[in-house]
Amino acid sequence: MDIIVCIKRVAQTAEADVKIDSSGKDIVKDRLTFDMNESDTYALEEAILLKEKFGGTLTAVSLGTVQAEDTLRIALAKGADSAIRIKAEDFEGLDGYKTAQLLKAAIKDLKFDVVFTGCIATDDYYSQVGVTLAELLGVPHATLVTKIDIQDTKAQVHRELEGGLIEHLDMTLPALFTIQTGINEPRYASLIAIRRAAKKEIKVIGASEIEPTGIQANASLEELFTPPAGKRAEILSGSMDEISAKVAGIIKEKGLI
Amino acid sequence: MNEIFALVEHRQGIIRDITYELLSCGRKLAEKGNTKLTAVILGHNTDNFVQILKGQAHRLLVVDNEVYEDFNSEVYQTALTEIIKRQNPVLTLISHSAFGVDLCPALAAQLGMPFTTDCLDVELAEQKLKVTRQIYDGKLNAKVLLRENAGYMITLRSGCFPAGESSLDGVVEKIDTPVSAQPDYRKFIEYIEAAVGEVDITKSDVLVSVGRGVKEKAYLSIIEDFAETIGGVVGCSRPVVDAGWLPKDRQIGSSGKTVKPKLYIALGISGAFQHIIGMKGADTIIAVNKDPNAPIFSEADYGIVDDLFKVVPVLKTKILEMKQAKG
Ligand SMILES: Cc1cc2nc3c(=O)[nH]c(=O)nc-3n(C[C@H](O)[C@H](O)[C@H](O)COP(=O)(O)OP(=O)(O)OC[C@H]3O[C@@H](n4cnc5c(N)ncnc54)[C@H](O)[C@@H]3O)c2cc1C
Ligand SMILES: Nc1ncnc2c1ncn2[C@@H]1O[C@H](COP(=O)(O)O)[C@@H](O)[C@H]1O
Repeated sequence: MDIIVCIKRVAQTAEADVKIDSSGKDIVKDRLTFDMNESDTYALEEAILLKEKFGGTLTAVSLGTVQAEDTLRIALAKGADSAIRIKAEDFEGLDGYKTAQLLKAAIKDLKFDVVFTGCIATDDYYSQVGVTLAELLGVPHATLVTKIDIQDTKAQVHRELEGGLIEHLDMTLPALFTIQTGINEPRYASLIAIRRAAKKEIKVIGASEIEPTGIQANASLEELFTPPAGKRAEILSGSMDEISAKVAGIIKEKGLI
Repeated sequence: MNEIFALVEHRQGIIRDITYELLSCGRKLAEKGNTKLTAVILGHNTDNFVQILKGQAHRLLVVDNEVYEDFNSEVYQTALTEIIKRQNPVLTLISHSAFGVDLCPALAAQLGMPFTTDCLDVELAEQKLKVTRQIYDGKLNAKVLLRENAGYMITLRSGCFPAGESSLDGVVEKIDTPVSAQPDYRKFIEYIEAAVGEVDITKSDVLVSVGRGVKEKAYLSIIEDFAETIGGVVGCSRPVVDAGWLPKDRQIGSSGKTVKPKLYIALGISGAFQHIIGMKGADTIIAVNKDPNAPIFSEADYGIVDDLFKVVPVLKTKILEMKQAKG
């Protein structure tokens, strides 16, 4: 079984202060931490589990700056055989569509039975790169996958719908799956494996290898802005004791308990 | 300007709520652009859908066949490619749902049409399409211009376009089905209902909900103890379930449960829209989060910017005192 997994290195912003930089078109990045996109850690784990079951090759691919190689090395340490970085610095105006085109260019000549991506990147929030890539590669896809059972070239697939409803599909490989979080328990890389992975070579490809296709993006950024405040909570202030008394008061006043 | 299309989303014989939001958005854009809105219905036994939606669009384009009864993006993609090529809508609206994310990117890519996903706002003027999207965990908005083209496709986030009243009298047009069978490489088999758990969180008046901010499974006992004190049950955000700390039936949000308690206390939950959608119907929402910019504070009535592990014990004591004073 030959497997490809697409991995994105993203800023971890759930708990961070996200500021717009002076260009107005990007965020201030120097105080943010970066790591593998959440659903990609599950996609990678699913890929490793498949490889452990059926043998074959596992290639991790990332479009990113040189730092994305750190993230690819984590994939190598966990169980990927090889890694490819597409040089993001060679391309301008990247959106989901252009990203999918570049990923396609990098993997179209590889042999594969399964391609995995995450279901969403937490930075751009698109949920579009996987499905676009499947279309460009000419293979069927399923999104938001929470279970895959493969036998020969057949896959029994569960997709997660709203309200926790599951859709069961019967699919044929080769295919692309976008993986939802919670499908498995992503492993940690051991220190020895991380050290070993540090010495592995990462194949780097750039504009000279890809450009001739003249890839256009679908979307260009006009402006970044802070979301309008909406109804905005009344922030309770004071000592912890005072705040708690206020909350207890609210609860009492509304007859909630 | 050419027409606007809105794709009707249905499941298990029922039109999904987001459909009314797509239609509402479509009507507004059509009015502004001096054009018409067409509701596109791919389904089976669609008479009922037509009756319900007749007032909502200028035209209803109906393709009726067994093969569209259950959603299969490959089937929908083949059919819609045909239909859109023939009819050339200026914009096709699809919901940003499990249905839409499976369909839109492949369909638009096949048509060579600029598209984007998860839009909160849409402006269409002089053949140019601008949308507003949310990025970086909902902390920033981005206004995005699509590559200029005769036709566009986007998915819309639910909750952004309130379903509106409408008294149009849509013309119903039935067209032949471009597809008659599911392809071998992707066949819909069945729906599997979510397992029923011990506790039905939708029945509780008071919910104490925890997110990734609770940090470790071991700390859940503190939350459970607190919930018991205030007579509530514990719910959670998705990562808590993904980590195996609580069962799936406790998850609140788009892929979990929708709850409408009298009191919802969110502890260490950032407020991703997939979570908000499941709890915004609560009467009173109190959020505790150490990040003052957490999106949850835009939905809550009251906010406490602090460490939940500092807040919870003090709050518990206060509530105990209050109960004792009463009793
Ligand atoms: C298709 C799809 C469906 C989804 N469905 C759902 C769903 O049904 N329900 C759902 O919840 N999510 C769902 N998600 C996931 C959603 O996008 C978010 O990732 C998730 O809601 C984040 O959960 P969280 O707020 O607990 O974690 P995070 O976003 O990581 O936030 C943790 C928060 O805790 C705060 N915090 C940390 N430590 C403390 C402390 N000691 N005291 C106080 N605050 C603290 C942080 O400031 C932060 O705001 C879905 C995603 C997708 C793609
Ligand atoms: N720059 C990238 N490099 C590698 N994979 C990517 C990249 N961008 C997106 N992906 C993959 O596509 C998935 C969905 O991303 P998105 O459509 O941007 O939300 C991610 O979880 C990744 O698996």
